[in-house]
This record gives sequence, structure tokens and C-alpha cells, in this order.
Amino acid sequence: MLRQIEGSRAVAETVALCRPEVVCAYPISPQTHIIEAIGVLVRTGDLSPCEFINVESEFAAMSVSIGASATGARSYTATASQGLLFMIEAVYNAAGLGLPVVMTLANRAIGAPINIWNDHSDAMAVRDSGWIQLFAETNQEAADLHIQAFRLAEELSLPVMVCMDGFILTHAIEQVDLPTQAQVDAFLPPYEPRQVLDPEDPVSIGAMVGPEAFEEVRYLAHLRQIQALESIPAIAQDFSRQFGRESGGLLHRYRCEDAETIVVALGSVLGTIKDVIDELRDEGIRIGVVGITSFRPFPGDAVREALQSADRVIVVEKAFSVGFGGVLSTDVAMSLTGLTVGVSTIVAGLGGRPITGASLRVQFEAASRGDMDQLVFLDLDHALIEQELARRSTVRRSGPTAENVLRDVGAVSSGPI
Amino acid sequence: MTDTTDRSDTAELESKLAEATSAPVKFYQVGSFAVGNRLVDPSRRTVQSDLERTNSLDSGHRACQGCGEALGARYALDAAMRATDGKLIAVNATGCLEVFSTPYPETSWRVPWLHSLFGNAPSVATGVAAALRVKGRSDVRVVSQAGDGGTVDIGFGSLSGMFERNDDVLFICYDNEAYMNTGVQRSGATPPAARTATTEAVGQRPGAPFGQGKNLPLLAMAHEIPYVATATVADLHDLEAKVERAMTFRGARYLHLFVPCPLGWGAASSDTIRLARLAKESGLFPVFEAEHGVVTAASKIRRQVPVEDYLRPQGRYRHLFDRENPDGPPALPEVVAQLQAIADRNIARFGLLEDVPAEVR
Repeated sequence: MLRQIEGSRAVAETVALCRPEVVCAYPISPQTHIIEAIGVLVRTGDLSPCEFINVESEFAAMSVSIGASATGARSYTATASQGLLFMIEAVYNAAGLGLPVVMTLANRAIGAPINIWNDHSDAMAVRDSGWIQLFAETNQEAADLHIQAFRLAEELSLPVMVCMDGFILTHAIEQVDLPTQAQVDAFLPPYEPRQVLDPEDPVSIGAMVGPEAFEEVRYLAHLRQIQALESIPAIAQDFSRQFGRESGGLLHRYRCEDAETIVVALGSVLGTIKDVIDELRDEGIRIGVVGITSFRPFPGDAVREALQSADRVIVVEKAFSVGFGGVLSTDVAMSLTGLTVGVSTIVAGLGGRPITGASLRVQFEAASRGDMDQLVFLDLDHALIEQELARRSTVRRSGPTAENVLRDVGAVSSGPI
Repeated sequence: MTDTTDRSDTAELESKLAEATSAPVKFYQVGSFAVGNRLVDPSRRTVQSDLERTNSLDSGHRACQGCGEALGARYALDAAMRATDGKLIAVNATGCLEVFSTPYPETSWRVPWLHSLFGNAPSVATGVAAALRVKGRSDVRVVSQAGDGGTVDIGFGSLSGMFERNDDVLFICYDNEAYMNTGVQRSGATPPAARTATTEAVGQRPGAPFGQGKNLPLLAMAHEIPYVATATVADLHDLEAKVERAMTFRGARYLHLFVPCPLGWGAASSDTIRLARLAKESGLFPVFEAEHGVVTAASKIRRQVPVEDYLRPQGRYRHLFDRENPDGPPALPEVVAQLQAIADRNIARFGLLEDVPAEVR
């Protein structure tokens, strides 16, 4: 049913339709609305049976999910940013144990400096954890990906993280087509665990593994992710058959036919990028965009196939590896090994800075002329950078950088020290 | 099991045996530290003496000789298995118990067992309990277990959360007073003056500092959870009775079990039970029970010993004594006096001697 609804609410109602049996809640912006809405659905009995547990930390949220999943219950939680980092040991553990927990990550920057707004630093911090990471472009896709995530997770016995941009998606009210319970039930069978704690048939889960078998156990985890490269499009196809719309899959192409320049990105920024591409196409510039839905497993072959005919690829990233550059760019460049396609990176939208079509357009035009820098920080205020660098070079006790920069932009009322 | 119960049980037993043998028998055997079992009516013997016991932690594991934790875990889980008619799930924190029981691909556990991380065993158990609840399996119960590091330090936030939510979990801390698995480093449960690898017996104040450390049983009581108890591996009847008692409650329960570590304490493997007994009899480790935040019973000291008797056999306290004359007067008498003061305070606080009124705060 089409509804005008907040992204968080749409996700909460969709997750409830997936009949999670244990849901852990710990507040962190911007995922809070999701977990609050699920809490209401449990209280009213609309989601039943379900244990809704207010835990004392994100570390506990993931740990409770691990215990519940290992006991055969469908388990869900949501987090963001610092919360994801606080639970990171348990995030790796859930994947290592092969427990099909589903978690929403409302993408948000990581401090310091503390910042509640959107970027993808949190998701990138756990890209090697063994979780499947799916990125939603729209609220419709965010809702749909959760239904697919539970099926994927339980089919492969692997945890799945659905990444949706904090605030930009979680707090945006727009049209979302929410399925019925019958539709979801037809798509998502009850959870049948591969391993379960059962007094009738006791097993030990989480045994210590030494050098004699550790590599094999890890390789098997890798194989399951590779297997997911087939399951993800298969499940997306099945989804589109049953729900009548396209959602999920490995990647989406937009106007890539005969494109000389192809932009690659994750998440909601694809909307802005598509607008810019429409403008440039109207002006005769041969440019398109590939949106990657499945970041882990990374669909290297599909990416190569989508990009190989281009002259150049621009990766727009809401995160970067400090001291190196693009994160997604590295994966994209790797998938193009042996080809002459140039890969450059635009780091944009850090800490919630708006990514404007105008700024992207400048870069895309430069790139299509062949003179974009290898690594661009979009809309970087160079004067501000110079001020702080000058301060650091002249005064030993130059003070905390974040506060200095805020004073320079006039955001701190006390003015310069 | 309280001392009162002990005495009435003993009296009952004595009268029974008197009929049979016309000779009085002490429940606590004369001249040893062992608690008698063989002469007790079979129905009242320990779970461990039962041929039908479950051996939850089966033989063949790789614990050190004389490991108190291995004994404690087997005693506690077998008792819990009997109390739940074999319907038990165990969660384990990282630590010695986890490592020595499950070297891949072997396992000593005959109960469904889950190890996740060092600091999250209480939360994982919350998840297990929640799954059982949502599936209507109120017959299956959950035990979560960790060493003192996993309980009082890295797992404390997780444990406190499980306590305040009153989740239906029995949490057992096997307290050997340091991080033994990593090579005997100080934990928040390491007693003052004890040598560990991070509180070496060198310098002006050798060993762990005074005025630090936390008392987890009291912290557990502060959460007002239904049941808190302490026990040692020296008194099997008492330990098993406490596990069984714990299983009669729903909600969060805490058992703090004193388990000597021959390796970490520099003690003889054959002294594990003896040291546990001396810790209790000196007053250094008070054995008591509490319900909903109030102490309900304390095991009396049967034959009080000075803390010196407990300290001397342990290498971790060797610096308190004269190396040339280890049986002579202490080399650091003021430190031994400070430790004696801690024992005396416990005795007063928990009413551990018959003539001391139970002033429990």
C-alpha cells in the first residue's frame, strides 16, 4: 500500500512484517526512530511474539542478538556510527559464528569531532567484518532490502547489514509502497537455523580454532560471501516477481550505454548524481552512473562488466581512508585490473555536508575533459585549512583543531582565543 | 546451605548413624578439610557422587592439574543440570574455561554451549533467554559463566545490564583473582599484596595495592536481584545447594565461586581444596547468600585460622615471608596485619563467627 511515511517508520513497519522474534534497542541518532517504532508495534501486539529488549549498550545489542540467533530466534537490531564501533567486536563475532542477524545501519559520521550527520565512515569501518552490506538508494529500497536481507541472511547463515543514509533517508518523509503481511510471509519462510542451542542435541558453538584450521574456517566464510553474489540477484529477481518492483540486486546502471565517463556511488547520493547526469546528457556529454547495492560481497565481475567500456570512472564516496584516499575506489580500481580505465575519487558529503548537483557538475565536466584531479575533496574550504595550518606552524600550543576551525568559520560565539 | 541447616542435617544424620553404628559421626571429617559424603544417606549425597551425574564438563579437557575452575564448573553445571532435568544452555566468556574445554575440534561440553566474546557473556545469555521465552520454552534454563576478569572488569557493564533487566539467567563467576589465561595479570578481583605479572613483588609496596578492587557479590546485591550467593570449591554440599536454590528463582541470579588457581597462585596442585577452605575459614572469603539485596545467611567459620595460614602456601604472597625461613615470622608483618584486618572486617560484617552478631550492611 502506498503511504506517505518517514523512512525510519517504513523500515520499522517492514521489519515488523518480517516477524523478528528478538529485537534489541539502544538509542543512537539517526536510527532511533526505527527502534522506537518497532517498540510500539511490540507493545500494541501488532508484532507478536517478539521480545523487545532495552539493552545497556550497542555491544550488548549485538551480543543479545548473537545469543538469540544461536537459540533459533530471528534477531534484529539497528545502530549507527559510534554505536557500530562500540559493538564492533560482536559484529565480527556474529559473522564469524555465521549467525543470520539483520541490522539496519543508519549511516552517520564517526568522531572525533563528534558529528551526528550522514556519511559512510561507519559502514566502511566494518567492511571486512564478514557481514553482507547492502546500500539503499531510496526509502522504498531501504524497506524492500530488509525483507530480502532476512531471506538472504537465513539462506546463507550470514549476518546482513542494510545501510541507509542517516537523516537523508531515515528522516525523509516520502512515498513508500509497504507490502502486506501475506506478501512478506509468502516471500520469507520461518527461520530454520543451521546451528542451534538445543538441550536435546547439544553442540558447542564458538570453539577455539588454532592455526591448523583457522584459515579453512575463514575461507569458508569467504566462500559463503561469494555464494551471496549469486543469491543476492536471485532473491532480488524473486522479489520483483512477487512484489512487482525492482529493488536490491548487486548494482544498478543508469544511462551507461555508450558512456565515456561513468560515476560510481553508494546510497542516496545516486539521486543527485542522476539529476546531474540527465543535465549533462542533455548537453551531449556521454556520462552515466553505476549505483552499487551490494558493497560486501563486492561484485567485482559485475562492476568490471559495467565499467570496462568507459574511458574513465569517477567514484563519489562519503568516506575515505585517512592517509590514503578512496575506499570504494580501491575496490573499483581492483575490479578494473588490466584495463586502461582511469579511476579518480571525489570525497564528498562528510559529516552531512550537502552534496550539491552544482558542485558535482563542475567535477564531472572537468573529468569529461580529462582534467579532474585523482583525488578531490568536494567543496573543501581551502582558506580555512590554510588558517589552521598557519596557526599550527607558528604556535606550539595551537589548541584543538576542531574548535579552532569552528571559531574561524564563526560558529563559536566566543571568537578567537 | 546455611550452617544451621548443616547442623540440623548433621544432627539428623548423626542420629541415623548412631542407630546403625552406635558411634557419632561428624559431617566434617576429623583431621581433614574434606566435607564428608560417603557416610551420608545416598539420597543426600552430592550430585558429583551420583553415577548418573551428567558430566556437563566431561573429562579429557586441558585444564591444569588441580584447577579450581574446572572443578567448580563441573560441580556447578552438573548441579544445574540436575535442577533443570537436563534442560540447560550454557554461555561462556572467553578465558581459561573456554580455552581448555574446546580446543578445536574437541569439546568437553555435554550441554549446549555458546562462546562469543570475553566481555559479553551476560548479554549473550540474555539473548538466549529471550529466544527461549519467545518460543515458550520456559522449561529450558540459562547459565552464563566467566572468570573474574570477564565478570568484574571487561564484562561488568554487560553483567550490570543483565542484572538490572532481571533477565532469567544464572551468572556464575569463577573467581581465581587474576587473569590466568593470559598469564596471571591483575584484575579488579585481585586481592591486595598478591603478586601478579602486572603487580610484581618488587619495589616499596610489592604486590597488588591496598584500597583497590571490587566486591562483585555486594555490587550484585545492589541491583536487588532475586538471588546472590558466594561459595567455594571446598564445600561441595554448599555449592550444589546454592546452585539448586538459584534455579528455584526466575530472573537474574549471581553465584560467585571461589576457585584457587595453582598456576597463578604459585600453589601446589594438591592444595586447591585446602586453600579454598582456608580462605573461608580465615574470613578472607565470606560465604553467604542474599535475596533481593538482603543477606539471608552466612556460613559460619568452623575453625578460625589466621590469614597467615592461608597466605604461606601461596607463591603470590611469598614476598610477605622470609625466603630463608619461610615458616618463621613474616618479613612484612604490617602487610599481613592489613590482610588480617580485611578478614576481621568480613567476619564482623557478615557475622562469620558464632559470637559475632550478624551486622550486615
